[in-house]
Amino acid sequence: MAKIHVTTTINGEPVEYLCEPNDTMLDALRGPLGLTGSKEGCSSGDCGACSITVDDQLICSCLMLAAEAEGHEIRTIEGMADGEKLHPLQQKFLEQAALQCGICTSGMLVASDALLRRNPNPSEEEVRFWLAGNLCRCTGYDKIVRAVLETAAEMRDGIKEAAQ
Amino acid sequence: MADIRYLAPHTLDEAVGAFAAAGSAARILAGGTDLLVQMRSGIVKPGVIVDIKKIAEMTAIEETADGGFRIGAATSGMALHDHPRFGKVWPGVLEAVNLIGSKQVQGRASAGGNLCNGSPAGDSVPAMIAAGAVVTIQGPNGRRELKVEEVPAGPGRTNLKPGEILVSFKLPPRPPGSGDAYLRMIPRTEMDIAVVGLGVSLTLKDGVCTAARVGLGAVAPTPLLVEAAAKALVGSKLDAAALEKAAEACRAACRPIDDKRGTIAYRIKTAGVLLKRTAAIAAKRATGK
Amino acid sequence: MNLVTNNKWIGQRTIRPDGMDKVTGRAQFAADMTMPGQIWGKVLRSPHPHARIRSIDTSKAEKLPGVKAVVTSKDIVDFPIEKGAVMLGIQDMRWMCRNVMARDKALFPGHPVAAVAATTEAIAAEACSLIEVDYEVLPWTIEIEDAIKPDAPVLHEFNKWEGKPSNIMGRLEHKKGDIAEGFKKADVVIERTFTTRPVHQGYIEPHACVISVAPDGKTTIWSSSQGQFMVRAMTAYLTGIPQSDIRAIPAEIGGGFGGKTIVYLEPLATLLAKKSGRPVKMVMTREEVMRATGPTSGSRSTVKIGATKDGRITAAHGTFYLQAGALPGSPIRGAAGCSFTPYDIPNLLSEGFDVCSNRSKVAAYRAPGAPIGAYAVECVMDEVAEALKMDPLDFRLKNGAKEGTKAAHGPTFPRIGYIETVEAAKASAHYAAPLGDGHGKPRGRGVASGFWFNAGGESSAQVNITEDGNVVVTTGHPDIGGSRAGIANICAELLGIDYKRVSVIIGDTQTIGFSNLTGGSRVLFASAMVVTQSTEKVIQTLRERAAKIWNIDPEAVKWDQGAAHPVSPNAGQFEPLTLKELADKAPTQGGPIGAGVQLNTTGADGGFGTHICDVEVDTELGIVRVIRYTAVQDVGRAIHPGYVEGQLQGGVAQGIGWALNEEYIYNKDGKVDNPGFLDYRMPVCSDLPMLDCIMVEVPNPKHPQGVKGVGEVPLVPVMAAVASAIYNALGIRFYSLPMSPPKVSAALDAGVKQAAE
Repeated sequence: MAKIHVTTTINGEPVEYLCEPNDTMLDALRGPLGLTGSKEGCSSGDCGACSITVDDQLICSCLMLAAEAEGHEIRTIEGMADGEKLHPLQQKFLEQAALQCGICTSGMLVASDALLRRNPNPSEEEVRFWLAGNLCRCTGYDKIVRAVLETAAEMRDGIKEAAQ
Repeated sequence: MADIRYLAPHTLDEAVGAFAAAGSAARILAGGTDLLVQMRSGIVKPGVIVDIKKIAEMTAIEETADGGFRIGAATSGMALHDHPRFGKVWPGVLEAVNLIGSKQVQGRASAGGNLCNGSPAGDSVPAMIAAGAVVTIQGPNGRRELKVEEVPAGPGRTNLKPGEILVSFKLPPRPPGSGDAYLRMIPRTEMDIAVVGLGVSLTLKDGVCTAARVGLGAVAPTPLLVEAAAKALVGSKLDAAALEKAAEACRAACRPIDDKRGTIAYRIKTAGVLLKRTAAIAAKRATGK
Repeated sequence: MNLVTNNKWIGQRTIRPDGMDKVTGRAQFAADMTMPGQIWGKVLRSPHPHARIRSIDTSKAEKLPGVKAVVTSKDIVDFPIEKGAVMLGIQDMRWMCRNVMARDKALFPGHPVAAVAATTEAIAAEACSLIEVDYEVLPWTIEIEDAIKPDAPVLHEFNKWEGKPSNIMGRLEHKKGDIAEGFKKADVVIERTFTTRPVHQGYIEPHACVISVAPDGKTTIWSSSQGQFMVRAMTAYLTGIPQSDIRAIPAEIGGGFGGKTIVYLEPLATLLAKKSGRPVKMVMTREEVMRATGPTSGSRSTVKIGATKDGRITAAHGTFYLQAGALPGSPIRGAAGCSFTPYDIPNLLSEGFDVCSNRSKVAAYRAPGAPIGAYAVECVMDEVAEALKMDPLDFRLKNGAKEGTKAAHGPTFPRIGYIETVEAAKASAHYAAPLGDGHGKPRGRGVASGFWFNAGGESSAQVNITEDGNVVVTTGHPDIGGSRAGIANICAELLGIDYKRVSVIIGDTQTIGFSNLTGGSRVLFASAMVVTQSTEKVIQTLRERAAKIWNIDPEAVKWDQGAAHPVSPNAGQFEPLTLKELADKAPTQGGPIGAGVQLNTTGADGGFGTHICDVEVDTELGIVRVIRYTAVQDVGRAIHPGYVEGQLQGGVAQGIGWALNEEYIYNKDGKVDNPGFLDYRMPVCSDLPMLDCIMVEVPNPKHPQGVKGVGEVPLVPVMAAVASAIYNALGIRFYSLPMSPPKVSAALDAGVKQAAE
C-alpha cells in the first residue's frame, strides 16, 4: 500500500507527513505528528474531543482523511496559546474550574474559540447549541458555558478598551 | 491487506472517469461524515476514494438568473449558512441542512452526501423534497436530472447508476408569498438522528394556500413526498380542519418500523404533530411575519 | 483535631495543578503514550450472548506476517470456582479472571476469547478474524424477569438458589424492627414496583494501556484507571508476575465514574508483551467500551412505605433485584443499604438480590446501586406525602435521620447534615419561585433526597521540601475530579505559603505507598488526612531546625505564615526563618526535609443531598426538558468549592441522562443495539440548564479539615426528582426509566383514551 505524502500547515508551521489513504487526520495528528492534544473518544464524530479547525472551519479530525490536508491550514489545541501566553478561553477555563478529567477540554476550547471568532457576543443558548457536539461527562457543562460567556464579555471589553 | 487509493481530481470528467473505472469498490468523498464512520466500523471497504471537493462546481453556491439557486453537491452546511442570500430565500432548506450533525459536522457535511448516503432519516432530504429541488447528475453517459424524491431507492441505496456522481441541487425561484420550514423530532436537543423529519414549502395569496409541497422522512424506507398532505393544504386558509386533514395524510403515508430510535405508533403520531407545527412556521415566513 | 480557621487557601477557588497541561493539550492520557518498538494488541470477542467454547485454533493467526503473540484463557492464571473466593477489595478474582477472558463459556456478546499483538492495528485485527473458535451456542437470558424464571438458561451451573441451579447469585438484607407490626400502625400504605435499564458511566476516554515486559520480568504499565495499585494487583494475580516487578504508572484519566475500578486490557497486554518481547499498546474502540465494559445494573425494585396520618413513617420494605451481568457482583449493597437511610424508620426490611444474565459484567457507577434504590424509594415517598397532603420536603423533615438515628445497615449516626439539606432546599430561591409559564407546555417540580456511605481506607502521601524551598506532595489516588487542587490548598494552608509553591503529583506503584482505589468518594477525605499528617511532620522538622539554629527549645518555635518564629519575645529575639531559608540550610542542618504517612483512614461520614427539579413537557411529542435544577448537599467542608460544585453538577447531569434518555437497548439476538454515542444518548450541552448548587457545610468532626466525600451523592436523588417533577406536571407517574419521548407520549395517549372511555 503506497503511502501518500502530504504538505500542509499546522499551527502556522509548514509540515510534511506520510499517511495511508484511509488514515484520518486524527490518526496523523496523534501518530506521526505527535500532536496528542486532540483526543479520540468515539471515531464517529459524536464526541468532539478531536475538534480542530481547517481553514478556520471547525471540524472533527476523526471525520477527515489525513490525505485531505494537502494545501490547507490546520489549527489544533497545541496552537491555541501564544507561546507562554494562554488564550483568554484557556485562562478562563482554569479560573472557573471548567474542566475536570480534561479529556474533552481540548475539543471544548477549540470549538469555543471557533464560536467566538464567528460570534463575539453569543447568548447562553447559542453557546449551548454550538457546543452540543462536544460531549463532557464530568462537568454538566455549567462551568464551561459560564467560562465561554465570561471570556466573550471580557474579550469584547478588551476590544472596546483598545479602541478608546 | 486490501489496497486503497485516494484521488482528488480537479475536474468532474476526471472524477467520473476514475469513479466509473473503479466500479463498485469506489466511494465518493464529499464531507466524509458518513463515509469515514462506515469505513472505521468496517461496513464499507472502498478500493478507491474519490474526493470531489477540489472540483469548483461541487462546492459552488450560485443564484441563478431566474432567482433560483444552484448548490454544489459537496457544499458544506456551514458554507450554505454563511451565504448572504440563501437562508433568506430558503430558510427551511437551510435549517434542515444545518441540522445534520454537530457544528463540527456542519463544517464538512453536505446535502449531496446526505442524499446519497441513502438514509431514510437524512435531515436535508424532506426539506429538499418540499422545496421541489432537482439534482443534476453526471455519469459516463453525460448529464441528467432527477427530482430529489426520485433519488433514494431504499435504506443505503440510490437510483444513481454505476459511475454517476451527484453534482448539484437546483432550487426553483420563489413566487411572492412563499415560505418553507423543516422540523424534526429527536429525543435530545441535538446530535440525534431524526425519529421523524418533516419539511413544508408553501405559497399563500390573500391568506389562501395556492401551492404546497410536503416532504416526510424517517417513517418509510425512503423519504416521501406526501402529495395528499399538500392537496389538503392547497385551497385552504391553513385552518384547523385543513391542517388536521394534512396531518392525517402524513400519518397515513407512514410505513415506519420499531427500532432503537422510536416506535411505529410514536412515529406515526409525531408525523401529524410535525406537519401542523412546520406548516405554521412556513406560513408565518410566507406572510413575512 | 486541627480545624483551621481564618483560612487563606482552604475554601479558595485556586487553579488546579494539572490544569495548565489540560488546557494546552499537554496532559498525557493513556492512549497518548508510546514506547519505543511498540506493537498493537487487539481482542477477539464473542459474537454470542451465551456459548460453550469447545476449542480455539490460533494457528492461522500466528502464521500471519506481522503477528508477534497470541493469548487465550490458557495463558491467564485460573482461579478455580470450587476453591472459593479470592478477594481483592470488593472483586473476587474468580470472576475477574473469567471477565478479562472467557474460559469454558462466553457469557455475553463482546466477551474476550483471545487477544493478538501485531506490528500494526490492522494486522492485529486481521489476525483476530483468522482465529477459529468452535462455539456451542446456548440459550441466553438478559432481563431480570426472564433470568429469575425457574426454566431460565443458567449461566453458572454450580450456583444453587433454594436448592436448584439459578441465576440468583446472592441476597443481602438490612433489617430493623418488625415491618408487619409497623405496617399495622400505618394509616397510609403505598407499594409500587419500578424498573430501570442498564446505563453506562459514559467516560469519554476509552480504556487504554501501553505495557512493556523486560526479559527479566520487570513490567511497566502505563494505563488509565481509578487505581494504579488495583491495576498492579489484578495484573499480578492474573499473570503470575509478582507485584514488586510491576510498576503501574497512572496516566491522566479521562473520566471513570467507577467504570475504571477494574481491569480489562492490562493483563492481556502484559501477557502479549511478555510473549512478544515488545511493548504492547491496546486502546478500546467506543463500541468495545459500550459492549464489554461495565455499565451499571438494570433493575426491578418493589418498595412499600407506611405512614400515620400525622406524617410519621411506621414501616418500609424494599426488594431490589439488580442485574450483575455475566458474573456475580451487582451493587445490591448500595441499593438495599442507602435507599432508606435518609429516614428514621423504626421498622425496616431492605433486601437485595444479585442476578446474573448474559450481558457485560457490571462495574461500579457513582454511588453504585444507590441511585437505583433511591429512584424507587423517593418516588414512593413523594406518593405518600401526596396521600397525606403534606409538602414533600416537610414529610422528609418530619422523618429525617439525624444524630442518634440508627441506620438499618449498622451505624448510629453521629452529627450528620441531612436535615440541613432539606431545610436549605426549602429555604432556597428555587423552591420559592413560581414554575412560570410554559406557553402551553405543562411544568412541574419534584424533590428527592439521597445518601451514599462514603469511604476512607488506605492512603499514602509523601511531602518533600525541595532544595529551593518549595513543596512536592505525592499521593497515590488517581485524580478525576480535582483532588490535586484540594490537596494543594490544604498543604499550602498548613505551611502558610502560596498554593502555587505546592506541586501535587500522583505517584506510581513503586514510588508511593499503597493507596486504595479512587472510588467511594474517598480520595480527598483520605488523602487530606495523610497529607495533613505528613505536612505536620514536616513543620515539626522545620521547627526543630530553627530551634537548633537559634539554639532554643523546639517547643519555643512556632510555624506561622511560611516561617519559623519564636513563640514569644521571651523565647528569644530572632528574625523569622522562612521555608526557603531553612531549605537552604538543610544540607548543614540535618539533611533533606520531608515526611511520609500511610494510614488506613476511618471516620468517613456518609453524605446526604436533597435536589429540586423543574421540568417542562411537550405533551404532543412526549419530550421532557429539565428547565431548572438545584442540588443541595452536605459537603462537610468545601476545600475547593469550584470542584465540589463540579461534582454536584456532573452527577446531576448524569442523573438527568439516566432519567430521560440513556439506556442499553438489546436487539432480538441479545446484542447491544446502541453501542455508540449517537444512540446511547447522554446529555449534550443544549439539553441542560445551568445546574445550581447549594453547599451545606456540616464539618466532619473526625477529619482534620472537616471533609466529607462529595462525588457520589449527587447522582443518587436525580431520577426520582425528575420523575416527581414530571408527575407534578402531568399527573402521570413513570415507574420505569428512561422517561423517553415514546414512553411519555404513550402514557399521555393512554390517559386521553382512558378519560374518553
